[in-house]
Amino acid sequence: MPDARAVQPQFPTLERQNDADHFGMLLFLSTEVLIFGGVFAVAFTLRAEHADYAQASKQMHYWIGGINTGVLLTSSALVALMVEAVRAGRAKLAGWLLGGTIALGLVFLALKFTEYALEYRDGVVPILSDANLHGGVERLFMDLYFVATGLHALHVTVGLCLLGSLLWPFGRARRERTAVFAGNAALYWHLVDIVWVFLYPTLYLAR
Amino acid sequence: MSPSQVNPRMSQEAVPDTPEERRSYLAEGHSLRSWLLTTDHKRIAILFMVAITFFFFCGGVAAALIRLDLLTPAPDLMSNDGYNRAFSLHGIIMVWFFLIPSIPTTFGNFLLPLMIGAKDLAFPRLNLASWYIFVLGGLFTLITVVAGGVDTGWTFYTPFSSTYSNGAVFLAITAVFISGFSSILTGINFIVTVHKLRCPGMTWGRLPLFVWSIYTTAIIFVLATPVLTITLVLVALERVFGLGIFDPALGGDPILFQHLFWFYSHPAVYIMVLPAMGVVSELITNAAHKQIFGYWFVAGSAIAIGVIGFMVWGHHMFVSGQSPYASAIFSFLSIVVAVPSAIKVYNWTATLHKGEIVIDGPLLYALGFIGLFTIGGLTGVMLAMIAADVHLTDTYFVVAHFHFIMVGGSVSAYFGALHFWWPKITGRLYNDMWARLAALLIFFGFVMTFAPQFVMGYEGMPRRYHVYPQVFQPLMVMSSVGSSVLAVAYVLPFFYLFWSLRYGKPAGPNPWGATGLEWTTPSPPPKDNFETVPVVDKEAYCYPEQGRAGEPQTQQAESVDA
Amino acid sequence: MKNVRPILYAWFALLTLLALTIGASFAPLGPVLPFVSYAIAIAKTVLIIWLFMEMKTRDGLQRIALGVGFAWLFILLLLSFADILTRGWLGA
Repeated sequence: MPDARAVQPQFPTLERQNDADHFGMLLFLSTEVLIFGGVFAVAFTLRAEHADYAQASKQMHYWIGGINTGVLLTSSALVALMVEAVRAGRAKLAGWLLGGTIALGLVFLALKFTEYALEYRDGVVPILSDANLHGGVERLFMDLYFVATGLHALHVTVGLCLLGSLLWPFGRARRERTAVFAGNAALYWHLVDIVWVFLYPTLYLAR
Repeated sequence: MSPSQVNPRMSQEAVPDTPEERRSYLAEGHSLRSWLLTTDHKRIAILFMVAITFFFFCGGVAAALIRLDLLTPAPDLMSNDGYNRAFSLHGIIMVWFFLIPSIPTTFGNFLLPLMIGAKDLAFPRLNLASWYIFVLGGLFTLITVVAGGVDTGWTFYTPFSSTYSNGAVFLAITAVFISGFSSILTGINFIVTVHKLRCPGMTWGRLPLFVWSIYTTAIIFVLATPVLTITLVLVALERVFGLGIFDPALGGDPILFQHLFWFYSHPAVYIMVLPAMGVVSELITNAAHKQIFGYWFVAGSAIAIGVIGFMVWGHHMFVSGQSPYASAIFSFLSIVVAVPSAIKVYNWTATLHKGEIVIDGPLLYALGFIGLFTIGGLTGVMLAMIAADVHLTDTYFVVAHFHFIMVGGSVSAYFGALHFWWPKITGRLYNDMWARLAALLIFFGFVMTFAPQFVMGYEGMPRRYHVYPQVFQPLMVMSSVGSSVLAVAYVLPFFYLFWSLRYGKPAGPNPWGATGLEWTTPSPPPKDNFETVPVVDKEAYCYPEQGRAGEPQTQQAESVDA
Repeated sequence: MKNVRPILYAWFALLTLLALTIGASFAPLGPVLPFVSYAIAIAKTVLIIWLFMEMKTRDGLQRIALGVGFAWLFILLLLSFADILTRGWLGA
């Protein structure tokens, strides 16, 4: 049911306004692509200039990263289903799917920080705990790893906040404007997923 | 006013003293709160204008110190370190806190919705947020100054900025980082507005050329700024935590920083100059009372500059250690990007050809732009040649080149826009004799300041030094004297423009007989711009009778009393 | 809820690709490995963009809005690496 009050005066119709919101979000995601693009440029340069890059990458806990990739991909699927449920007006189902997405997002962060803790224990964290961190490319690799995954974890957190704002107050999922917001929050979540899809082979699977 | 003080462009048909029934946007509340919490694109434009004028003044003070110190070959005014901080501050403030936001956030904000027949931008609250973010970034710049300034130059080259500099690099980087988000949000807002809020009949082929320029600029904002954002984050992490990203001592690649930095900063030059080109297209057509020559070439060349402008950044790095193969590619692409710029210059000239030209303040600014931009552009092609560039890199030749584009070009156009749309923004007419005088002073002051720098640079005077051989003193003195003329010329408009606020005659809706939709609203426009949604039935710049007022793009001239 | 099936298929395909990329990293591919890894990553991204982000049903403008970020990233990488990869060719 369209909420007439939701149309801002500069838009002729609600449809146009929703369209504009969606378009603006996609442009914003393009800026996110380029922000992470800078990190990937650094990573690719490191790999191109240092033959030992693969050696450094082998020390990663690739299975934690692999599980985390699966977790994020699944959460992306859930949030896509959530958007479908909101559009179909099935608020309760949407609520469960949203809850599932957020839970998986939290699992991702928990695993990520477990991994950080393991690395701290192993003494391969630059500056903080670098007992076993040899100089050269290994050090550069770990610097890059913490910058890249840290920036990504920050985006996961922002995504969780966006999704969380849908959860509360509960039941808002019925209104059409909320469907638009849910769609845009889901888009953001998918982009965070895409970034990880590229970070995983870049950091963990270079052998 | 005597005849010489009246702008000759004023159309005879204009009806000045129409009593306005609809309240202007300026009359919608006078409290500070009504300004600071506004979502009206016109008020936000004024907020931006106030902020960037302040920073223009700050950057100008730094420039004055530099030119004063350079009067003599000896280091008398400032210490070496002080001089480094002065030119760094001048660069940072002028680039990020004046030139980048200058025309887009002020005239773009004010005019974009008016020109396409919309009531506001697509996201008005985001627009206000963009101003607050800009001001926050500006505050960090001021804190940087208080904390002692930076000595890296505006380019923050690593590893100097990340490892060795003893200035407040982190604060300065934070300032630029924050202001970047203002650019991104403004860019997204403009792009969505142009796509989604054009009024009925306003097809892409009927958009005023200013809109095309601002649209392209917005695309550059969105696609270039994020790369700067992440680059600055990496430099800050390297500086604060000692991480190895660009640091060659740890095995990083400092040239990669330059790639990432110039991927933003070269397109940033087009952020500065494209809106200026849009302004000039508006000013020239109206002064010549003619349809623009080759509408699609002018519009298309804006897009071409926007796209090719992203592929030329390596010409800043010919002597950096960049691969000569890459240099060859960048050199070629840099020469290519001159083509669309030249198309624009030819088309403006052809528009003036056989026009019924009115020589007034705004036209003189526009002509100043064309002349200075052409010199800046041609010397740019010289610098794109690798052989010449190796000799000229980091000399005054480069300094003169980019000042011709940014200051001679963009700032002249900014003042031209200010004079052309002042009656629309404030509802008042200024004294055109003073406007013509200021325009001429800016042109001659500018040439006197920067033309000698071409000569000095060609003869080998490096930039960023405040001690120089005796032989350069006459040219340095000429440059400094020119800069004081320039300073007077920049301050002059403040007097007669503010005078006009109180004593100027009411402008009426369309004093110049121009054709854009913005001229069909009362001056100053009411809060929601148009009473009824305009329906456009004409192309832009329709001047059927030579020398007479043009036909507005819509028939519903609501404000010229029905 | 008519798009449930494509989403589930895509999810299944994504997890398969994930297994494939981990497996490939252990195969003796040598210098070919990065190409395999990133080809799989691009395939995953296409699935996410096309089905999860619903670009399949969007108009050209929205596809451009998202695609332009990737296109410009490609320009950045292409021209930067025109330098980085050829820097050693002279005077090595």
